[in-house]
Amino acid sequence: MKYESQKVALAYFIVALALFAVQVTVGLVAGYVYVAPNFLSELLPFNILRMLHTNSLIVWLLLGFFGAAYYLIPEESETEIHSVKLAYIQLAILVVGALGAVIGYVFRIHEGREFLEQPLWVKLGIVVGALIFLFNVSMTVLKGRKTAITNVLLLGLWGIAIFFLFSLYNPSNLSVDKMYWWYVVHLWVEGVWELVMAAILAFLMLKMTGVDREVIEKWLYAIVALSLFTGLLGTGHHYYWIGTPSYWQWIGSIFSSLEVLPFFAMVLFTFNMVWKRRREHPNNAALLWALGCAVLAFFGAGVWGFMHTLHGVNYYTHGTQVTAAHGHLAFFGAYVSLNLAVMTYAMPYLLGRQPYNQVLNMLSFWVMSSAMAFMTFTLTFAGVVQTHLQRVLGQLDFMQVQEQMTLFYVLRLGSGLVVVIGALMYLWSIFGPAKPELITREGAAPAE
Amino acid sequence: MFDALTKSAARNIFYGGSLAFLLIFVSLTAQSHMYVVNNSTAKAPITDGVVLGKHVWEKNACINCHTILGEGAYYAPELGNVFVRYGGDKDPAGAREAIKTWMKAQPTRIEGRRQMPQFNLSDKELDGLVDFFAWVSKIDTQNWPPNVKG
Repeated sequence: MKYESQKVALAYFIVALALFAVQVTVGLVAGYVYVAPNFLSELLPFNILRMLHTNSLIVWLLLGFFGAAYYLIPEESETEIHSVKLAYIQLAILVVGALGAVIGYVFRIHEGREFLEQPLWVKLGIVVGALIFLFNVSMTVLKGRKTAITNVLLLGLWGIAIFFLFSLYNPSNLSVDKMYWWYVVHLWVEGVWELVMAAILAFLMLKMTGVDREVIEKWLYAIVALSLFTGLLGTGHHYYWIGTPSYWQWIGSIFSSLEVLPFFAMVLFTFNMVWKRRREHPNNAALLWALGCAVLAFFGAGVWGFMHTLHGVNYYTHGTQVTAAHGHLAFFGAYVSLNLAVMTYAMPYLLGRQPYNQVLNMLSFWVMSSAMAFMTFTLTFAGVVQTHLQRVLGQLDFMQVQEQMTLFYVLRLGSGLVVVIGALMYLWSIFGPAKPELITREGAAPAE
Repeated sequence: MFDALTKSAARNIFYGGSLAFLLIFVSLTAQSHMYVVNNSTAKAPITDGVVLGKHVWEKNACINCHTILGEGAYYAPELGNVFVRYGGDKDPAGAREAIKTWMKAQPTRIEGRRQMPQFNLSDKELDGLVDFFAWVSKIDTQNWPPNVKG
């Protein structure tokens, strides 16, 4: 750690990981409710569980992004954070908002648009927190060195804040509502979040492979160009059946099919850089997470997204478990893995140590990733059965079809349990006592 | 080929291209906005009941179990066409009563069956909710869902 103010990231990462634990735990409970539907049905019904699961996910990922930004911007800009105090105030506001939302949800205090259930005061708190953050990091970047990594990262973070403003617009016309709701949801995860993702991956590659900055930053611009060129009009794949004009079926099908490209480019980028590395960085666990992130994002967001994005296919699969399968692997691959990668990389520096507990950390990668892959397969099978019975044949009611899918939900519950175990292994590797490595590698240079 | 591309060229392509695609996207959504208001949702007016119904829909976070026009959770049935599924296109009054009765009868507490909570809605709120479902069922959704099962 070269700059004292990078330490801010530690507090962000700790809160983010605490919420990660909440997210997977509630996810496991919701998976159990699918199998045993009477469980908690009156105390904490499914709609509340799902709200907790999705909202804690989104908030911890954002806190991870903020932490990563506070960690990498001083190194990139070669200057201390503009105001450490503001960074902690921002965190305090976001923690109060997140806790307020979570506790409120349990007592049925919420709004009711998917993923945007936060009460108005929490939404406004998020906006204030985001403004403080943007002011703080923009001032830091402005006074320091400007790099492509900070440019793209800042653009992504500004985009997150700007598109979030659409969450405040809730017209009474459901179709109009949905159209702009996607301005938040799609333009986040298939738009500006990809900028943040590519910038963080570029930073990790720069530090861990020692490849020339010029090469890495050219890749970065190429990747984010592909992201926005495909992702912006790719929003069209959400505009097939909500009352919007039929031309979106063509625009959406074409551009969202191309959304595979930026993720494929990230695979090429990370593997190329590691292949051409000029340095043996000792943090193998962080490298594994970074490579895993690119690969799993390619499959989860890219391949599983493409699977149901053509309008002729989507006509039958829209709103089935196929969507759930895609959602789970896309979020895990792209954004969960990214956060766990940057945390694995930064934690040793933030705690003033050599990389530690790497074997356990890497094991947690394989446990979590294979369990998420298994979960994705079970949900995909469930979705195919559902699509065929409910949409193609159309003889059975929704609930009758669901009864045919029980086996897959049981398997999904099992994979969910393994994900929670993997998450606990990860948390133990980060926060548990640092033990001497089980396996040592020849020729690894000490961390710089 | 990638070697011939310089970093500054890549940067300019990124900024210029993204801005162009953003402008195209925003213009198309503006056109779509007009289309939605004047065509696809113009079959039925947005009455006070519809507005109340949408509010009830949101206040109780129905979307975190159900889907509406395919979006939401996938735990409970699609409701974009629930009014038609209850026969509301032929017998609106009958469908209205049936949906209200269903809502009042929850939860079923049947062992092994997914449970819908009792939301204790007033008669006015229930009517609003049905108005909202009736309105949504008249949106031109390019013939989605494929059949009445939702």
